[in-house]
Amino acid sequence: MADDFEPEIIVFACHYCAYAAADLAGSMRLQYPSTIRMIKLPCTGKLEVIHLLRALEAGADGVYAAGCLEGECHYLKGNLWARKRVEHVKRLLPEVGLEPERVEMYNMSSAQGPEFARVATEFTERIKALGPNPLRRHGVSPHAAAREAARDVALPDEAPAGAAAPAPAAEAPAQAPTEKGPAA
Amino acid sequence: MITAERKPFDEILELVDGHNKILVAGCDTCVAICLTGGEKEAEILASELRMKAQADGREVEVEHTAAIRQCEWEYLDMIAAKVDEADVVLSMACGIGIQSMAEKFAPKLVVPAVNTNMLGMPQEHAVWLERCGACGECVIGETAGICPVVRCSKSLMNGPCGGSHDGKCEVTTPEKEDIDCAWHLIWERLKAQGREELMHKIRPPKDWSKSSSGGPRKMVKEEAKPV
Ligand code: SF4
Ligand code: SF4
Repeated sequence: MADDFEPEIIVFACHYCAYAAADLAGSMRLQYPSTIRMIKLPCTGKLEVIHLLRALEAGADGVYAAGCLEGECHYLKGNLWARKRVEHVKRLLPEVGLEPERVEMYNMSSAQGPEFARVATEFTERIKALGPNPLRRHGVSPHAAAREAARDVALPDEAPAGAAAPAPAAEAPAQAPTEKGPAA
Repeated sequence: MITAERKPFDEILELVDGHNKILVAGCDTCVAICLTGGEKEAEILASELRMKAQADGREVEVEHTAAIRQCEWEYLDMIAAKVDEADVVLSMACGIGIQSMAEKFAPKLVVPAVNTNMLGMPQEHAVWLERCGACGECVIGETAGICPVVRCSKSLMNGPCGGSHDGKCEVTTPEKEDIDCAWHLIWERLKAQGREELMHKIRPPKDWSKSSSGGPRKMVKEEAKPV
């Protein structure tokens, strides 16, 4: 594997926790790899098996979902559903010739900026060790493909939290994160 | 409803081996409700097949579609164009749907991606239990609405057998632990209905010619046939 391999990693991040944690990590000036591309979901419970597969089929080197701490899901059990789906995909991947470690489920709260950075770093290291996704095709952006794949579930990045109704200040990210994540 | 389970991936690969244009065809009725072969599952299988082909360095086109019902001619017209373009159709419908496709589009190769397993009911979300074997002569009017044909492991018409213990059937396999004894259930419900005497009625051997043992069955409703 080439040392200069920069993985492309798709993160399906829950609006209520991981996405806010990413924002916090940015405000805290924490360093985390620029390998991750975030797609904001209203809840990881919206994530389906096919969204993970589409991201990998499009050539993403790794994909993970980041939802609220277990027991803390805004919609009660969305993060538990997401974990089951991620585990199901882990079972499917070896059959098609991919390593199950290319998908993962993480949990964190919106207050855990450092945990967000740690997870991003840990997963990036894992994928670097695995090497590029063998399905990667030239000229296809895994991130663009994954965004397209998740269009039915993803929230637009630019939407301020609680745009329709005034949201508590703590829930509204001070600045809308960019596609590369707030700190990139 | 009719339930089915997806075949092992390796078996599916063998069925489509050597074909370069594959259509995965889901059915959006029974097999969609049992989370096996609806449009969602068809897309997942198509994605898996494309990834596998790419990992193996093979050029294979895999599309997916779904018919509202594969078991009725009218709905098959709606997916005919996609079927035309494929070398092989991998149907995710029940055995009825798969055969309808194979007949409608003959001699197109249509192969099953699922094993149709039962006429079952969803006991709870994601759990199905067998409830009927389509025996052609329903007896549950005398058995408290509990089917002895499929719910008694031995299909006894005069149960229970000596293997009924604490309400459980003696038949146990690693996959089938803790089967309720159908005849125990029948007895309990007959008692609750005040119809215990039905338990003592001796039922003659069942006429299996009305079931699949009598050859393929056919049903015609003259009164409803188009004039
Ligand atoms: S007795 Fe026959 S028709 Fe009635 S539920 Fe059982 S298998 Fe079905
Ligand atoms: S124990 Fe009950 S269900 Fe099992 S074979 Fe005997 S009668 Fe049938």
